[in-house]
Amino acid sequence: MARTIRIQAEPFDAAAETGLLTKGRGDIGAVVAFTGLCRDEDGRLAALELEHYPGMAEAEIGRIAAQAESRWPLLGLTVIHRFGRIAPGEEIVLVLAASAHRQAAFEAASFLMDYLKTRAPFWKREHLKDGTVGAWVEAKEADDRATQRWG
Amino acid sequence: MKIVYFAWVRERIGKAEEQVDVPDGIGTVADLVRWLKSRGEEYQYAFENEGIVRAAVDHTHVKPEASIAGAREIAFFPPMTGG
Repeated sequence: MARTIRIQAEPFDAAAETGLLTKGRGDIGAVVAFTGLCRDEDGRLAALELEHYPGMAEAEIGRIAAQAESRWPLLGLTVIHRFGRIAPGEEIVLVLAASAHRQAAFEAASFLMDYLKTRAPFWKREHLKDGTVGAWVEAKEADDRATQRWG
Repeated sequence: MKIVYFAWVRERIGKAEEQVDVPDGIGTVADLVRWLKSRGEEYQYAFENEGIVRAAVDHTHVKPEASIAGAREIAFFPPMTGG
């Protein structure tokens, strides 16, 4: 199975990544793409800063990907997660899940995002429009509940 | 053994990483936290609510009762907020 995991500071191109995943493949019938973007929180934020744990980030996302592959008949998987300073409107994370049929692709993409949010070692901090450094973003209980529903 | 800290745990302790010689009798992550808290108020501040701070041993999430025997790198960090 084609699996791509990248942790990078640079922006990514979701369409180009989808093209790479499906190029030359006749067996893939469905690709679900999720892109997470930086919000400005009603104009309050100048940027988000993402800190990560190099080494563990790759390892943990690899474990999450392996779980997804064991639960659904996937034909391809791409996870790209950015770190560093990210401005509102810019992309933070990309998940692509490819399968023969849509249901597996939808579910796997949702599973991957729930686990990325609660298990991948990344931390967001706010940078405010007035130039000050704001608070670390607090983990949401709703994200934990979303992860728990997968059992 | 190397200990690394992230996000507000790193800020409260005032360093990103350190090399420590852990005394005998420190067998688990919870033991290590108790020992770190005895080293100064910055550690007490970072671990003031032990239920919040998460740990990883050699790049794998672990619970407080996990053994640290043979560990190369132990990490402490807040609940994750990526994605």
